[in-house]
Amino acid sequence: MFKGKKVIALGERDGVPGPLIAECLEAAGAEVVFQKTECFV
Amino acid sequence: MTAYLRAAANVLVHAPDLVRYGSKPWREALRNDQSPGDVFADLRTFGEAVGYPPNQAFIGNLPPENLGEIPSPWYENPLAGASPEGAFGEILPQDSFYALLEAADQFGLLILDEEHRGSRVMGSESAAALLEREKPPGEYKQEEVSGRIGKGEALPLFQDGELIGCVRRDHESDESLDARILLENLAAKASGAYALSHLLVKENLAPEAIEYVISCSEEAVGDRYNRGGGNLAKTIAEMAGCVNAAGVDVKSFCAAPVYALVHAAALIEAGVVGNAVVVGGGSMAKLGMKAYFHLEKGVPVLEDVLGGVAFFLTKNPEDGPRLNLEIVGRHPAGKPSTPQGLAEALVRDPLARAGRKIASVDKYAVELHNPEIMLPAGAGDVAAANYRMLAAMAVMGGEIAREEIPDFIETHGMPGFAPTQGHIPAGVPFLGHALERMRTGSLGSTMVVAKGSLFLGRMSRQADGASVLMEA
Amino acid sequence: MDLENQAAIKSIADEIGSENLMVVLGMPGEGLRLAVETLTTGDPSWAGPLAGVSLGLPVFHILEEKVRTRVPEELYAEKLLMMEMVLDLPQIESDLADMRAAG
Repeated sequence: MFKGKKVIALGERDGVPGPLIAECLEAAGAEVVFQKTECFV
Repeated sequence: MTAYLRAAANVLVHAPDLVRYGSKPWREALRNDQSPGDVFADLRTFGEAVGYPPNQAFIGNLPPENLGEIPSPWYENPLAGASPEGAFGEILPQDSFYALLEAADQFGLLILDEEHRGSRVMGSESAAALLEREKPPGEYKQEEVSGRIGKGEALPLFQDGELIGCVRRDHESDESLDARILLENLAAKASGAYALSHLLVKENLAPEAIEYVISCSEEAVGDRYNRGGGNLAKTIAEMAGCVNAAGVDVKSFCAAPVYALVHAAALIEAGVVGNAVVVGGGSMAKLGMKAYFHLEKGVPVLEDVLGGVAFFLTKNPEDGPRLNLEIVGRHPAGKPSTPQGLAEALVRDPLARAGRKIASVDKYAVELHNPEIMLPAGAGDVAAANYRMLAAMAVMGGEIAREEIPDFIETHGMPGFAPTQGHIPAGVPFLGHALERMRTGSLGSTMVVAKGSLFLGRMSRQADGASVLMEA
Repeated sequence: MDLENQAAIKSIADEIGSENLMVVLGMPGEGLRLAVETLTTGDPSWAGPLAGVSLGLPVFHILEEKVRTRVPEELYAEKLLMMEMVLDLPQIESDLADMRAAG
């Protein structure tokens, strides 16, 4: 599903943050092209 | 030596006419080439802000847990007979705050018209105490005010929609001394000094008795060569008349208040000082941060108040509960910056090192953001998410069963009640409540847990956090 | 969704096209719904660069079954498992199903 795919990882501070999504997806074979963590506080 | 919490103060400043200078409203207005005053003309009245149940919880008139019994939305269910004076806090109206801003300014940056300038009789003893030390106000010249505003050198200040003065920049090309930045800094200074003054007045403490002040405010005070290098603590100490206090700022975004408490307690334990104040002024930039979501959903603009907190720590055991520096949580740079990584480092690990369980702490004071402000913006209930994480950790550690999560949250948590002022909701607003409960014996221990979004500064992708246990 | 993020995502999608690109989200609740809508049919608040722009990107949540099962088990257990208890997983799955059904 993720092998060879380019992925945007958009996380949230109080959910799953961007860098963790990126780490998990890279481990699943994706190429993360953009990652960010939103913060509402 | 050990450090004890003698007093806590939580103040709010109702500032509807400053909402337009919050970062989000200001940027939106610039982008759409419109006056932010048009969008934010009809905000809550002072009475509405006073009667708002979370604000009453913040100043100590309502146990936060009782918010759960008030029907939602809270803004439609104000507390009858609510007072701006709280058990350990106060709510200040905007016109009184303008007088504090004027008093905070030593450089002729902010001028107010005849009606609003100078010392005036005010309903707040704590605010009046700050004005006694005031310098003579600058002269208001209508043509100078409109001239400065017209040239883009100054921002207009309003009361009930009327122009009453302005705040000017102090350098032609220094972004750090821009009018809006200076107003932000003055607002943090004035609201911080107001919180400290409230603490001093309530405790009947002479300002001269304070030895050390640590500010955990978020504002970046300084000029073009040292933006953010400035010391707000000492300016707050000066404004509050604490002439014998040195001061320094401690910063780590929203985690700073807990660091500041730990640092203050450590200085006392080490015998460097006999007492210390931790103070946090309000964040003007965060006014109206989620206002557009609120307007879109027909919710009042609830981010219309500045927060301020102050805590007084001493070396005297009879003064109050102790800060237990053997149970301090810190988040090392190598630890994952995930909610789980933070919860382990800040709660599980320091308790485990002391041989204690998560459930052994009576109440957790996590990031106590008012959910009614967060949810319409699509943001989650931050306090609830934090409590769920602690409960999940207790499950993983075999302390409780998965089905017991709701009970754990009910027992060890509370609804969020603080305005979304960044560092202000960082667990510490509960300390006033905890102090009262510990003095009457109804609470044994509370752990204050704060997290900071380090990644916002673009220097690292990390988060940060700090925690400390307070025990009767 | 943050306007700067909208702008960044729009420019990435413009540059590399949407066939080979997907988005994986990590937020809970209402924020998830808003993000999915913004990235598929356009910014519902009409405030950001994605207002009126149908990127049509495939959007997933890191914790939904078809995504989380692709994450190596050890990594999942170490760093994501506890988030299952923190975020409302059934709600996330059903929100996504509803939005996908609505197209």
